[in-house]
Amino acid sequence: MRRAVLIAVPYVWLLALFLIPFAVVFKISLSDIALAIPPYTPTAKDGIWAMLSQLDFENFVFLTEDDLYWKAYLSSLQIAFISTVLTLLVGYPMAYAMARAPEQWRATLLMLVILPFWTSFLIRVYAWVGILSGEGFLNQFLLWIGIIDAPLTILNTNTAVYIGIVYTYLPFMILPIYSALDRLDGSLIEAAEDLGCSRLKAFWLVTIPLSRNGIIAGCFLVFIPALGEFVIPSLLGGSGTLMIGKVLFEEFFSNRDWPVASAVAVILLLILIIPIVLFQRNEQRQAEAEQ
Amino acid sequence: MNRLSPFNVVSLTLGFVFLYVPMLILVIYSFNASKLVTVWAGFSTKWYGELLSNDAFLDAAWVTLRVAVISSTIATVLGTMAAYVLVRGGRFFGRTLFSGMIYAPLVMPEVITGLSLLLLFIGVGLDRGVLTIVLAHTTFSMCFVSVVVSSRLVTFDRSLEEAALDLGASALQAFRLVTLPIIAPAVISGWLLAFTLSLDDLVIASFTSGPSATTLPMKIWSSVRLGVSPEINALSTILIGLVTIGVIAASIGSKHAALRAKRDEQAAARAQ
Repeated sequence: MRRAVLIAVPYVWLLALFLIPFAVVFKISLSDIALAIPPYTPTAKDGIWAMLSQLDFENFVFLTEDDLYWKAYLSSLQIAFISTVLTLLVGYPMAYAMARAPEQWRATLLMLVILPFWTSFLIRVYAWVGILSGEGFLNQFLLWIGIIDAPLTILNTNTAVYIGIVYTYLPFMILPIYSALDRLDGSLIEAAEDLGCSRLKAFWLVTIPLSRNGIIAGCFLVFIPALGEFVIPSLLGGSGTLMIGKVLFEEFFSNRDWPVASAVAVILLLILIIPIVLFQRNEQRQAEAEQ
Repeated sequence: MNRLSPFNVVSLTLGFVFLYVPMLILVIYSFNASKLVTVWAGFSTKWYGELLSNDAFLDAAWVTLRVAVISSTIATVLGTMAAYVLVRGGRFFGRTLFSGMIYAPLVMPEVITGLSLLLLFIGVGLDRGVLTIVLAHTTFSMCFVSVVVSSRLVTFDRSLEEAALDLGASALQAFRLVTLPIIAPAVISGWLLAFTLSLDDLVIASFTSGPSATTLPMKIWSSVRLGVSPEINALSTILIGLVTIGVIAASIGSKHAALRAKRDEQAAARAQ
């Protein structure tokens, strides 16, 4: 009896506030826009059968016809992919160096990586506005050391979005890779070197494959949230930066077209299901390997 | 592997410069006398004064704090229950769905979570305000709590609980007197995580709040959209300072706890 209550309370909570809302989104994505409150029709007040019979895929057809949405999905995938690769290129060397650092430094290094994660995400993105703007610190610095003659335009471009994503998601990349490298048995690399591998070759043939699960986990932890990102493209990107999270937000708050916003969300969810399932499989495999 | 090559040192140094310089610039320029954030015009704390006399910011901070305390507390209770069910619950109907609902919110884009909750609240006719933000924050942060707590429960020696039950404790007593003290550090860090996630959230709060409740991130958002402002720099500095103190205190605390546990262990070994 007590066990049933223990299971039921969190279960019902998640059903009511996580799963059912998706059903609502799906239903509204099949509705039509209306000049009323709520701004869509039909509603359950019209009777269940009348409501079901009026639902159609019109909004999804609309999404395929207007190429804004296609471009936004594709460009989100592209931006998320490029940022993930960049985050890996910055994060791997850091995780690797942390795993090789003397034992007594590691806790401090780890804390230095985690600390930004506890700091407000919004503020960390905002910090870059002052750095990347036309008269910002980066341009001032580059002009001062004489690399450039005229200020670069970085803020409000895709480059600024890449920088923002790499910056904010870097801890998510470093931590899983570090924990994989930390467990790595150093004698394996020594063995490879004894058997005639160069250090670079030993790194490539031993270290990288053995940290594979960490790399995969880190990449998914960056790629999945980056795909639906709203704050970074809105604050650092320009009018040319198309990302689906931003389109959805604007469709909802500026155009007030709830049915289309819901259809945008349903498709984003369908795109995300593949990486989410792959991610969970990777985590499960790792958990099994540890047991 | 304790040999740091020059390449390792360079990548660590550049990495930490990249992580910390933006925040450092923010902190330094919050003490700038000039309204122009990129030109230094002498040291001043006037922006802190203006911030503290700005009622809109103070109101928003109060709303945010209330939401964060309430939602993280409920989330900790629900998340701990969920973790217990996942690790110890055995098989029950719909277990796969349950664990899916625990893990999916961790990676769900905030725009989708926010939109779906808003449409639900409208659908059932719930007025948007502090209550709806609390419900929304509780839902996603309970999943984070549950992941943190279940990772502790997995490594927990179950025979301790069984011993308590054999010695006549009720299931509830065994949980309260044996399990809870052992998983307490994970429960506390789960609460802290839920609290920070709630403090920090912009997107979900924007969807689920009504005109009566504006949170601090929403307030920050509406002013940073217009560009860099020294008041926001001052506010950021305060928040960064609080977090830094909190994290350092927590890490010192856990180091002391670990040392004490080690001492106790050694004392126990000697006593035998």
